[in-house]
Amino acid sequence: MITGTPKPIEEVLEMLEPYSRVVVAGCFGCVTVCRVGGEKEVQVLSSALRLAREAKGNKLEIKEVCLERQCDPEYLDQLRPYVADYDAVLSIACGAGIQFVAEKYPTSPVLPGINTGFLGVAERQGEWSERCQGCGDCVLHLTGGICPVSRCAKSLFHGPCGGSAKGICEVAPDVPCGWQLIIDRLKALDQMDNYGKLIPYKGWSTSRDGGPRRIIREDMTL
Amino acid sequence: MLQAFEGGADGVMVVGCLEGDCHYISGNLRAKARVARVAGILHDIGIGEERLRMYNLSAGEGAKFAAYANEFAAHIEQLGFSPINIARNPGLAPRQSPEDKEPQSDTEPESVLEEA
Repeated sequence: MITGTPKPIEEVLEMLEPYSRVVVAGCFGCVTVCRVGGEKEVQVLSSALRLAREAKGNKLEIKEVCLERQCDPEYLDQLRPYVADYDAVLSIACGAGIQFVAEKYPTSPVLPGINTGFLGVAERQGEWSERCQGCGDCVLHLTGGICPVSRCAKSLFHGPCGGSAKGICEVAPDVPCGWQLIIDRLKALDQMDNYGKLIPYKGWSTSRDGGPRRIIREDMTL
Repeated sequence: MLQAFEGGADGVMVVGCLEGDCHYISGNLRAKARVARVAGILHDIGIGEERLRMYNLSAGEGAKFAAYANEFAAHIEQLGFSPINIARNPGLAPRQSPEDKEPQSDTEPESVLEEA
């Protein structure tokens, strides 16, 4: 899922200072699962914002909405009845959702209520960690299902660097060395021959190095 | 909890079962975490985290419940009206001293306790 963290309430209040009527828009997608931008978070944030503003004698009127997804145009239409009537939209979807709202409603200020994080997994309740950087050329079949791009701090492709000690990355004591994880896993799978395979130089053009990316599936387009 | 403050509560008392003795196993521990989170929000928005407290007791401890409720009510009386109620009723004093029994305005609300 796409993860995120709430922005500090002071920062959100500062953003909303010029406005007296706003839409707070959540998303039932990833940000609901990682508990940062779903229906419940819309309610809690809206309540906190109303209280903060009213206590300062500057009341804020809020329309609370939660869209099925903010990254699909058909769901964004659900905002249309409110956008024109309110001064701004505070979106607590991921950065993609926030931008898509801004794109679809160009005359309305659209503000971010969360900081978007990474593509990750839920380790346990309240803890998420990164697993994928969306590099566009997956090699997990060669690396025991552990990604050298996202799990190695340097995104190395041919084993650990000199900063790996006792299975720990030099970046931080709680970060396992991605390549140690890969080697341990390959050994357990009896696939160490994969470690010896030279992975050809990685074409980063499928990653961010190629600029903003686009996927066009001819089989899907109408 | 936040809705109670929006509804005009000066304080919110959350009452759960004794830790380790919850019918819903970890429900009271989750409530404890939620209370801590909301207390942080109340601090950040200037309402004050001291206006929210959680108490744990068993369903059979009626006298203890009454004692906790009285303790919390006295605590809130001492804190005075919440910034929300003061903003809504500008005539209210920020803090009402125990000796000051004179009403500050005709619209002075009672302190409200919300059981969650």
